[in-house]
Amino acid sequence: MKVSIEARPVSPSRGRRLGAFVFLAPGLTYLIVLLLVPLALVLSYTVFQRGRFGGVVYEFTGENFARLFDPLYLSVLGTSLKIAGLATLIALLLGYPTAYLIAQLPRKWKTIALVAIVLPFWTNFIIRAYAWIILLSGPGLVNSGLQALGLEPVELLYNEGAVVTGLLYSYLPLMVLPLYAAIEKLDPQLREASANLGASAFTTFRKVTLPLTVPGVMTGCLFVFVPSFGNFVIPEILGGGKTAMVGNLIRTEFLKARDWPFGSTLALALIAVLLVLLLAQAWVARRA
Amino acid sequence: MLKIDGVTRRFGEVTALDGVSLEIGQGEFFALLGPSGCGKTTLLRIIAGFETPDSGTVTLDGEDLLGKQPNRRPISLMFQSYALFPHMTVAKNIAYGLEREKLSRQEIKQRVGEVLETVGLTAHAGRKPQHLSGGQRQRVALARSIVKRPRLLLLDEPLSALDKKVRADMQLELKRLQNEVGITFVVVTHDQEEAMSLADRIAVFDHGVVRQVDEPVTLYERPHTRFVADFVGANNLFEGALAAEDTLATEDFGALRGRPLRALRTGSKALLGVRPERVRLGAAAATGGGLKGSVLDVSFYGGISHISVSVPGRLKPVLVAVQGASEVKPGAEVTLDWRTDDAVIIPVDQ
Repeated sequence: MKVSIEARPVSPSRGRRLGAFVFLAPGLTYLIVLLLVPLALVLSYTVFQRGRFGGVVYEFTGENFARLFDPLYLSVLGTSLKIAGLATLIALLLGYPTAYLIAQLPRKWKTIALVAIVLPFWTNFIIRAYAWIILLSGPGLVNSGLQALGLEPVELLYNEGAVVTGLLYSYLPLMVLPLYAAIEKLDPQLREASANLGASAFTTFRKVTLPLTVPGVMTGCLFVFVPSFGNFVIPEILGGGKTAMVGNLIRTEFLKARDWPFGSTLALALIAVLLVLLLAQAWVARRA
Repeated sequence: MLKIDGVTRRFGEVTALDGVSLEIGQGEFFALLGPSGCGKTTLLRIIAGFETPDSGTVTLDGEDLLGKQPNRRPISLMFQSYALFPHMTVAKNIAYGLEREKLSRQEIKQRVGEVLETVGLTAHAGRKPQHLSGGQRQRVALARSIVKRPRLLLLDEPLSALDKKVRADMQLELKRLQNEVGITFVVVTHDQEEAMSLADRIAVFDHGVVRQVDEPVTLYERPHTRFVADFVGANNLFEGALAAEDTLATEDFGALRGRPLRALRTGSKALLGVRPERVRLGAAAATGGGLKGSVLDVSFYGGISHISVSVPGRLKPVLVAVQGASEVKPGAEVTLDWRTDDAVIIPVDQ
């Protein structure tokens, strides 16, 4: 077949649309095959019955959703919200001053500080989680330090505190970076204008800096909360299996209990919570 | 009122201000004029409290300013970028300074209303700054600065962000406002026309040093130094040595006549400056003294025309300004002269 390209000039908008499609194709393929299809599968599993040895029996049931509201599972969801929320809150309280200070540094030091923030990501996540065991365990570094000071050793590992610490440590950079971007973007003359109009440093922060960086705060919180909420590695390693979060539950349902439909339903619940948060963030960011 | 004494500020190797002393009177409209990087903005930031001088003192009505935090100084600064708070409405922006003074809601509302009326923005009180035009933003910034009734208002290049037509309107507005509120204004600008049209007195800055402080007309007609003569307004300068009381002997152009600014010794090096509008243009055939040259270019500006005349021996053409349109055509041979009283002889700065 012979196709004449010159014969009919393609309108520029059509040409641009074609170009856009060519560039979007790899990304779209990736998203559809590796994200949307599996997601659709997970969604469909939620209304079917479990197979005896895993897998799915394609007979309709609403039981999975009913089970979701079992107090046992609700409490796991509650614990996950609490732990992820706490990690996010502490990350914000630690991350904001850090980001603020970095934004005030001279250009050269800014780069060095940012590299230092990202540096932990160069080491494997699980190895870093295990490193915390060495720090927090009974005869670990923190307790040896306490004993050296003549204090009683404390139970630091395998509890909610250890999980929060692990999540906080893992995701703090994801809080600092968007906050830094938001603070750095702020015109320093706005702070000077505020001072000139009679505001103290604290009032300037409360009335000018903070409100103008709210979108950055929201992004940072989301970046920390989302991976924390569904995390199962940190609770597994630092929680000692005692502290179950949604992520652990889903993993158990799929791999140990071999209840794929209920695991899918839990996964759906997790996605729903995160989706609500994302929408809330988008709404706030649009209004700011 | 404002007294600046021996203020010096260095940034590493660069001396931004070098022993600057100025005295600005109550109710005065004062301009700091100079090319960019001459230190004028640094001085403004020192007065506002965002910079600290290495030495020198700044007092306001006899009260030391340098020891005070920026937010405790009775001084308002209008930023070049306006620095309006983007998350607040026009009314909120203006109320910000009053809220910091812990005034009653009632009073804040009333004063914001008044100042909005003064700058003609009552209808825009509820808008955010990003939905305003450049001129409107400038007026919000101005309103925010004056609503606190500061003793001193500093304006950093207040009109530079506006286009030409709006700028002319705002110039008048600023003058009117200054008359109305009676606050002392100190404006920083690199635009000599702006400085001359606005200010009661002008300090000309160059490399961190004040070269001359005078009223606009004096500054224009009697510049003390080569820098001022060249920077303030267009000027034609000739180098030479003083030959007689009213004559400058030049190498290339013979004797030129003018009035010395102050008594000079005969033979000392000097500069003769004559403004374009003072130069008289004559036909080449005319007899008598004067410079001979040929017309390079004629530009018509409406009210006036600028004619540049190439004179042998000079790198820069001599600029002549005449009223209305000019008859001369490029290429024409002309003679140039001026009355003795219309040219000044300036001692050459070392």
